[in-house]
Amino acid sequence: MGTLELKQSLTGHRGRVWSVCWHPKGASLASCGEDKRIIIWGLEGPKWVTKMILTEGHSRTIRELAWSPCGNYIASASFDATIAVWDKKSGQFECNTTLEGHENEVKSVSWSMSGQLLATCSRDKSVWVWEVNDDEYECAAVINAHTQDVKKVRWHPHEEILASASYDNTVKIFKEDAADSDWSCIATLSSHTSTVWSLSWDKIGNRIATCSDDETVKIWREYKPGNDMGIVTPNNESIWKCICTLSGYHTRTIYDIDWCKTTGLLVTACGDDIIRIFKEDSDCDPHQPNFTMVCSIDRAHDQDVNCIQWNPTIPGQLASASDDSLVKIWFYNE
Amino acid sequence: MSENLENINPKLYKKLDDREVTAEEQDDDVADEFDSREIFDIIRNINDPEHPLTLEELNVVEQNLIEVDNKKNKVDVKFTPTIPHCSMATLIGLSIRVQLLRALPARFKVSVEISPGTHVSEAAVNKQLADKERVAAALENSMLLGVINQCLAPKN
Repeated sequence: MGTLELKQSLTGHRGRVWSVCWHPKGASLASCGEDKRIIIWGLEGPKWVTKMILTEGHSRTIRELAWSPCGNYIASASFDATIAVWDKKSGQFECNTTLEGHENEVKSVSWSMSGQLLATCSRDKSVWVWEVNDDEYECAAVINAHTQDVKKVRWHPHEEILASASYDNTVKIFKEDAADSDWSCIATLSSHTSTVWSLSWDKIGNRIATCSDDETVKIWREYKPGNDMGIVTPNNESIWKCICTLSGYHTRTIYDIDWCKTTGLLVTACGDDIIRIFKEDSDCDPHQPNFTMVCSIDRAHDQDVNCIQWNPTIPGQLASASDDSLVKIWFYNE
Repeated sequence: MSENLENINPKLYKKLDDREVTAEEQDDDVADEFDSREIFDIIRNINDPEHPLTLEELNVVEQNLIEVDNKKNKVDVKFTPTIPHCSMATLIGLSIRVQLLRALPARFKVSVEISPGTHVSEAAVNKQLADKERVAAALENSMLLGVINQCLAPKN
């Protein structure tokens, strides 16, 4: 078993903290929550301190935020049905763009690896893809594939392929059709028996980990046309299969999951206040992998853990956000 | 609330007597754990959205449908809509939830569900009430919050 060491508790938010996101270089962290503020944290010596507080971008809860891959922009998704894009052209982060169009609460936001596309999703059941050109944002697609509230959108780590998770219990994968530049659903991942709250791609991008209100984590694998396993792929499109289910570990809704791109470790944020880390067994069949729980921290927070994310550059470093109004910085030692 | 009441003539139930406060409960040195009666007292006087009656009088909430686990910080409340097609079920559940959120320490995990088999949309209502994100968004809706506060306002 590894150990998860609490490095620091960051106070500053009033009320529930919904989301944390590391800067792509890993040296700063942004968080947001029901107080409608974004706090940017940075290191001063060994201590994390508040570097900036962004206010007045939203009139309701900020549900999630995302740094652009270049680190110069922050996009924030709010219950006020808008997405704000913050830049620091003036030296300070300022909200210079507000994206409107969703009918109600925006739940999630994600930048593609190139930074050229932004995806958003909402309780209005739709997923939107926005094209970014010189600080102009144009809606490239409104995808109405889900039948319920869409909770999360996440881009593939290398390609312009998008995955979304929903209250309708499914995950869907979307791609632009080269012929007519229409975005369409190319796969539906069905197996969870309740809301899928979050998802995370692995480093390569041929597997996805999902977490749900059904208290399980599932690992899905892509089988491309002509795969060695002889798995049939109708319409010449990849199909995704659930190759592993982690059940019996979590005792309440799992709100978030993150698959570390450097270590391959999986971490989950759960409504039972516990943070758990899973490691893939080294000698297992790639088509039927096993994951072992290598760490579990009871009362990691005093209330539900809403969000958890591995630092993109410092292996083992984690940030978590909770209903208890705290952001915590952790370090995992094997 | 609405002009046409769904359930025109609801059955009325006898109210429980006030709880007797024991000497131990008044002693500040004794750790006082929550029990189902205390939770019941917190929610029994919530007003029905349609009738000038409390949830207790309509038998929507009952003490024996409340489970408390102090060690696990769990409070589970089951409620029974007066009729299986009650369109107010979500609103009633939400009122119970909000009342408990306000009254109980933050450590408690509260679940509010329909008593099994008593409503046609039981699963859908339960799922919505259990989704804290949707509950949070609902409570930012000032019109809905106004209606809930009316249900929660004590009668003179």
